[in-house]
Amino acid sequence: MSEHSFVRTEMLPEQAPPATSIGVIGWMRENLFSGWLNSTLTVLSILFIYYVLSGVIPWTFQSVWNAGSLTECREIMNATWGDTHHACWAVIKDRWLQLLYGFYPPYPAYPSATVSTPPPEGWLPSYFRPNLALILLFVALAPVLFGRVPRQLLVVTAAYPFLMPWLLWGGTLWVPVMTAVGFALLFGIAKYGQSTLGALGSIIAAAVVALVWWLFLSGPVAGLFADIIPIRLPVVESRAFGGFMLSILIGVVAIGISLPIGIVLALGRQSDLMIVKTLCVGFIEFIRGVPLITLLFVASVLLNYFMPPGTNFDIIMRVMIMVTLFASAYMAEVIRGGLAALPKGQYEGADSLGLNYWQAQRLIIMPQALKISIPGIVSTFIGVFKDTTLVSIIGLLDPIGLSQSIRANQEWNGIYWELFAFIALLFFICCFGMSRYSMWLERKLQTGHR
Amino acid sequence: MSELATDRNIDRSRMQVSDNVAIEINNMNKWYGAFHVLRDIDLTVYEGERIVIAGPSGSGKSTLIRCINALEEHQKGSITVDGTVLSNDLKNIDKIRSEVGMVFQHFNLFPHLTILENCTLAPIWVRKVPRKEAMETAMHFLEKVKIPEQANKYPGQLSGGQQQRVAIARSLCMRPKIMLFDEPTSALDPEMIKEVLDTMIELAEEGMTMLCVTHEMGFARQVANRVIFMDQGQIVEQNEPEEFFNNPKSDRTKLFLSQILGH
Repeated sequence: MSEHSFVRTEMLPEQAPPATSIGVIGWMRENLFSGWLNSTLTVLSILFIYYVLSGVIPWTFQSVWNAGSLTECREIMNATWGDTHHACWAVIKDRWLQLLYGFYPPYPAYPSATVSTPPPEGWLPSYFRPNLALILLFVALAPVLFGRVPRQLLVVTAAYPFLMPWLLWGGTLWVPVMTAVGFALLFGIAKYGQSTLGALGSIIAAAVVALVWWLFLSGPVAGLFADIIPIRLPVVESRAFGGFMLSILIGVVAIGISLPIGIVLALGRQSDLMIVKTLCVGFIEFIRGVPLITLLFVASVLLNYFMPPGTNFDIIMRVMIMVTLFASAYMAEVIRGGLAALPKGQYEGADSLGLNYWQAQRLIIMPQALKISIPGIVSTFIGVFKDTTLVSIIGLLDPIGLSQSIRANQEWNGIYWELFAFIALLFFICCFGMSRYSMWLERKLQTGHR
Repeated sequence: MSELATDRNIDRSRMQVSDNVAIEINNMNKWYGAFHVLRDIDLTVYEGERIVIAGPSGSGKSTLIRCINALEEHQKGSITVDGTVLSNDLKNIDKIRSEVGMVFQHFNLFPHLTILENCTLAPIWVRKVPRKEAMETAMHFLEKVKIPEQANKYPGQLSGGQQQRVAIARSLCMRPKIMLFDEPTSALDPEMIKEVLDTMIELAEEGMTMLCVTHEMGFARQVANRVIFMDQGQIVEQNEPEEFFNNPKSDRTKLFLSQILGH
């Protein structure tokens, strides 16, 4: 028998890891004090964190909540602590409703009523309509975001795009209803017209009928119904919109619409059809090559030149369209990344089973491509949501715009940190929520390696 | 001589070749850009035939069977599958694809769906079979490939051999008339090759029309009724396996056989 020959007679049992590598001490030794360089860095980092927190924490918590103006705030600070390095949260206490809702009337039916002086016969709580719209937003999102929520709630999801504008802007209920009828016509003809008109014919017919309906018929028909059965809410003008409500409104619309448009653009960019491909590439590259601010100025100033004289195309609507287009170009590229990451075999597997293009996209390709792109998609969502603050530059009163108008007041002239900290907190809560959701979703969709 | 694909007796009672043509390929040519991959391919496959296509890599054998279900487009000549002429008409292509099953080297299972969903997807969406019936069919074929207990797992949780058997079951759920195999065992560990070959042999025993691109010469010898040897995009030689292996005519075939069987 040679000396390299070996036969194992019994298998080794499993053993516990060495004690120095587990427990708090083991962890600290491993991660914080593994050598003189790391130990020095650890100590320096702790000192730095201490330095920052020793400034921020007293500023945040030794603060003034009750004051009528910045001057009064400073007087209180001087009297209490002897200096003015403290937060004056009184401005938030004074103006938080404005930062949240802008100049949206708390009781739209009673323009002169305020939160502190509610109308005598008013029975709805203040800001009922935007609050209800926000609550319904969560109800509508729940079945989309979470699989365990009952499917019946999808009815709310389908109704929400029509219900939300009605709640916020008011007017007669029949306008959103008739807009929805247009969509019903669109899908009905596209689906059931295929047998008589063919696939392409039915889509074209559906688009034409829907456009004619929206442009010429839905208005008069809605007016007719409004005369017979008047269901209406008091109208709130777009210029009253503002605050965090405006950010959420623009953000939600842009996020919700940019995803489907982005998917279509990404598919178009991969298409074999030359014209479709060129259009998609052109759109994506143009929008990505232009700063959002430019597009917003186009929306606020230039767009009216292209409209027929006399048309008053709502400014918030124009901004929402621009932000949506901007977001969808980015979305298209993120989704294209997901599509590119899919192995060719997935397309071939779907093809070989006889699935047609749209079935393959919907059942095989998109679920996987979207899953791969979740981090990128959510990043884009978060970016778009934060970019809504840019609308302050064209004069819309989002939280940033409001902070300027609050500072323009004599009482609060010169207050910056507190307002920005409050706005940052609001945005952080929303963006952190989205980020956490995306991580949860990624874990949930994990189906083993590959 | 390579070992045999199976050590059991193959039941040949239902392995019958009929006179009906399953696939007819006439003077078919294909180019990748300027590169002439397939040259003047003429091939008639009868129902019930079990054809093994062999040849060195790059000889165009995979491309040939991928042309049959239009995963690759041919530029000249004609392909007729089960009476349907393969043209640019998408409806024709989808019809042919739904009647021709295909098994790939890398399985191409859908990783976001369970095994059962992989098997029921195409019957439900293409054949419009009711969900319940599709599930029963899927379980039937999963039992046939001997992995019914994995039905609710995801492909990523299965071994390579199991995944390839699922891929075969997935194709069978469409009740295809013809099965194409594109190097089904090339990506597998040696110990898993046998379980996949056994599944393919069972399929042959039931009289399925099969075209297999494979390097498993044991399988070719035992199961095929015809072996086709391709080189440089052409069919160089075809014969019954016994003749093909023991008495190859062309020099290229002799060289190829000596290289893959010689050690």
